Amino acid sequence: MSHYHPLLGLYVSRLREFYRQPARLFWVYGFPTVLALGLGLAFQSRVPESVQADLVRNAASDPVEKVLRDYDAKARAGRKQGVQLRVVPEDEAMKRLRTGKTPLVVVKATSGAITFRYDATRPEATSARAAIDAILQREAGRVDPIRTEDTVVNEPGSRYIDFLIPGLIGQNTMGGGLWGVGFLLVNFRIGKLLKRFTATPMPRRDFLLAILLARLTFLVPDVAVLLSLGVFVFGMPIQGSLWLVALVEVVGALAFAGIGLLIASRAQTTETVSGLMNLVMLPMWIFSGLFFSAERFPEAAQPFIQALPLTQLLNALRAIMLEGAGPTSHVVLVALGVLSAWAVGTFLVALRIFRWQ
Amino acid sequence: MGEWAIRVADLRKQYPGRDGPIDAVNGLDLEVRVGECFGLLGPNGAGKTTTVEILEGLNKPTSGDVEVLGRRWESQATEIRERIGVTLQETRFPEKSTLLELVGLFRGFYREGLEPEDVLGRVSLDGKANSYVEQLSGGQQQRLAVAVALVGDPELLFLDEPTTGLDPQSRRQLWDVILDLRNRGRTTVLTTHYMDEAERLCDRVAIVDQGKVIALGSPADLIARLGGEHVVEFAVGGGEPPPDPSCFAELSTVLGTRAEGDGYALTVGAPHRAIPALLDYLEAAGRPLARLTTRQVSLEDVFVALTGRHLREEEADAARASKPGRRRRR
Ligand SMILES: Nc1ncnc2c1ncn2[C@@H]1O[C@H](COP(=O)(O)OP(=O)(O)OP(=O)(O)O)[C@@H](O)[C@H]1O
Ligand SMILES: [Mg+2]
Repeated sequence: MSHYHPLLGLYVSRLREFYRQPARLFWVYGFPTVLALGLGLAFQSRVPESVQADLVRNAASDPVEKVLRDYDAKARAGRKQGVQLRVVPEDEAMKRLRTGKTPLVVVKATSGAITFRYDATRPEATSARAAIDAILQREAGRVDPIRTEDTVVNEPGSRYIDFLIPGLIGQNTMGGGLWGVGFLLVNFRIGKLLKRFTATPMPRRDFLLAILLARLTFLVPDVAVLLSLGVFVFGMPIQGSLWLVALVEVVGALAFAGIGLLIASRAQTTETVSGLMNLVMLPMWIFSGLFFSAERFPEAAQPFIQALPLTQLLNALRAIMLEGAGPTSHVVLVALGVLSAWAVGTFLVALRIFRWQ
Repeated sequence: MGEWAIRVADLRKQYPGRDGPIDAVNGLDLEVRVGECFGLLGPNGAGKTTTVEILEGLNKPTSGDVEVLGRRWESQATEIRERIGVTLQETRFPEKSTLLELVGLFRGFYREGLEPEDVLGRVSLDGKANSYVEQLSGGQQQRLAVAVALVGDPELLFLDEPTTGLDPQSRRQLWDVILDLRNRGRTTVLTTHYMDEAERLCDRVAIVDQGKVIALGSPADLIARLGGEHVVEFAVGGGEPPPDPSCFAELSTVLGTRAEGDGYALTVGAPHRAIPALLDYLEAAGRPLARLTTRQVSLEDVFVALTGRHLREEEADAARASKPGRRRRR
C-alpha cells in the first residue's frame, strides 16, 4: 500500500529525488570536501621552509659549500630551518637572480671576502641574507652573546584549517538552502508541477513543510561530512557543545531556506533564479568571513556585514567550535536572533507573494 | 448534484497584453451533463486552456459565473478538488521518481481513490511501474499524466490536449482510456484540435473561436447542420482565370461551395448525382479536371463553414500545398 500521508509522501519524494542524482551529491558533499582538503593541505603547518640561495662556483667556493651543506643536514635532522643551496657558475647564478628563481647569490672571493647579491625589496631575500651571513659568521668563530630559543606556534584550534572548516559548513548551509529550496521550486514552476499540485486537494502548507523538513534532514550529512573531515583528518578540536552547533545550524538553515523561498516565490525561469541567487550569495561569499575574518573590513561596513545571515552563522559556529562559546554567550545569542529574524521575515513575505503557477 | 457537471455563464478572462488587453475568453457559455464526454474544439489561442483552467480552479475569471459539480470555487474549493482529475497541457513530472511512486504520491492527496497499480494498469503502463519518469516516451508521459489524474477516482476529468504530439497508435491507446471512462459513467471534458478525435470520443462538442462558443452539439448534429453529408473536392486545369466557386452552386444536390486551396470543395447531398453534373459542366466549359476526391463531411468542414478558416494551420498549409506545381517547390 502506498497511501502515504500527503506530508510524508512529499517528504519522502524530496529525499528520493536528492539521493538519486549523483551529480548533486558531488556538488554538495564532494566539492566542499575536496576544497577543505586542498586548502587544508596547502595551509598545513610544516617544517619551516628552508632558506634558498645560489653559490657561485669558483676556486674559493668549496669550503663555503661544505659549511652550508653540513648546516643544512643538521638543521633538517632537528626539524629546523635548513639551507637549500645550489652551486652554479656565475652567469647562471646572476640569471637566476634576475628571473627570481633564487632570492640570493653568494660569491666568495679568493681574497676571503663574501659578497651577497640580492633584491632588498624581497623579504625572503633579506631573510636569506641574514640567515646565511649568521651561519658563515658563526662557523668562522663568532659567538653570540645571548642564547635564543625558537618556539613555533602550531596548536590545533588556531590553524587556518580550523578557521576554514566552520566557514565551509556555513557556506554549505547557505548553498543548500538557497539552491535546494529556490532552484527546486522554480523548476517545479517551470514544469507546471506546482500548478499540477494545486489542482489536487494537497494542503499547500504540507508541500512547503516537506521541503523544509527535507532541507533539515540533508543538513545532518552536510554538516557531518565536513565536521568529521575537520576532526578526523585535521585533528580539529571542538571546544563547545555539538548540540549548540546543531541548534545554530537548524536556525541558519531555516533562514537560508526562507531566503530561497523568497527568491523563488515569483521567478519564472531558471535564469532569473540563478541570477538572483548569485546576487544574494555573492556579498556573503565576499564579506561574511568565509576565507578570512570579516573583521578585516572597514568599521563603517560592519553593520551591513554583521546583518548578513552567513556572517552570523559563521560567527556562532566559530565561537562554539573554536572558543567553546555557550548558549548564553553574546555571540551565539546575537547570531540566533539575527538568523531567526531572517527566517521569520523571509517566510512571512514569501508566503504572501508566492506564485503557485 | 443534478444533471449538470459544469455550468458556465458569460465567462470572461482578460489578460493585459502589449498592445491592449487580450480577451482570452470573451463571453463563453457552457453546460456539461453528468456522464458525458464533452469536447472543446478550437484553433490555437481560441481560449480552450484558459477556460479549462478556470474550471479547474487554477485561474481566476475576470467575470462570469462558474459552477463545477454543483459547487463554487470561492466557497468549496477543496471539495471540488477532491472530485476532479486534471491533466495540464504539459507537465514535467520529477524525472527521478518511479511511476508507482509518483502516482502513489498523488494518491496520498485524496481522501478516497484508486490503487496506484490499478491506475497504471488502466493506461497500460503497469509494465513500467518501476521505471523512472525520465525513461518514458512522450506518449507514455501523456498516459502517465492521465493516470495521475485518475488516481483520485474523479467524478469529473479534465484533459487538455491529451493526444497532441502523439503517434497514431499512442492516440488510439489514449482514446481507449477515455472511452473506458465514459463507459464507467464519468464526466470528461477534453480540449483538442483534432476533428477525428472529437468525432470519435465526444458526445457533444463546443466549437470555440476567439473566446466564444460558435457552435454546440453532437458531432453528428453539427455535421448535419451543413446539410449535405459528403464533400466533393476537385481542381481544374485549363489556365487562368479560375472559375468562381459560385459557378458550381446550381449543380444537382450541391448545398455549399467554397474555394479550397488551389481547388474547390462542394458540400453535396448525393455524390452520384452531383459528380456527373460537375463533369458535364466542366466538359461544356472546356476545363479539364485536375483531381477529384469525395469524402464524408467532418467537423473540419463545419469549422471552415463557420469561420472561413481552418482549424489547424498545417491543414490549411496542406490544402494549399496540394497544387502539383507548388508541392515540388516546397
Ligand atoms: N498568462 C497569459 N497572459 C497573457 N495572455 C495569455 C495568457 N495565457 C493565455 N493568453 C492568451 O489568451 C489566448 C487564449 O489562450 P489559450 O491558452 O487559452 O488558448 P488555447 O485555445 O488553449 O490554445 P492552444 O490550442 O494553442 O493550446 C491566447 O491569445 C493567449 O495568447
Ligand atoms: Mg491550450
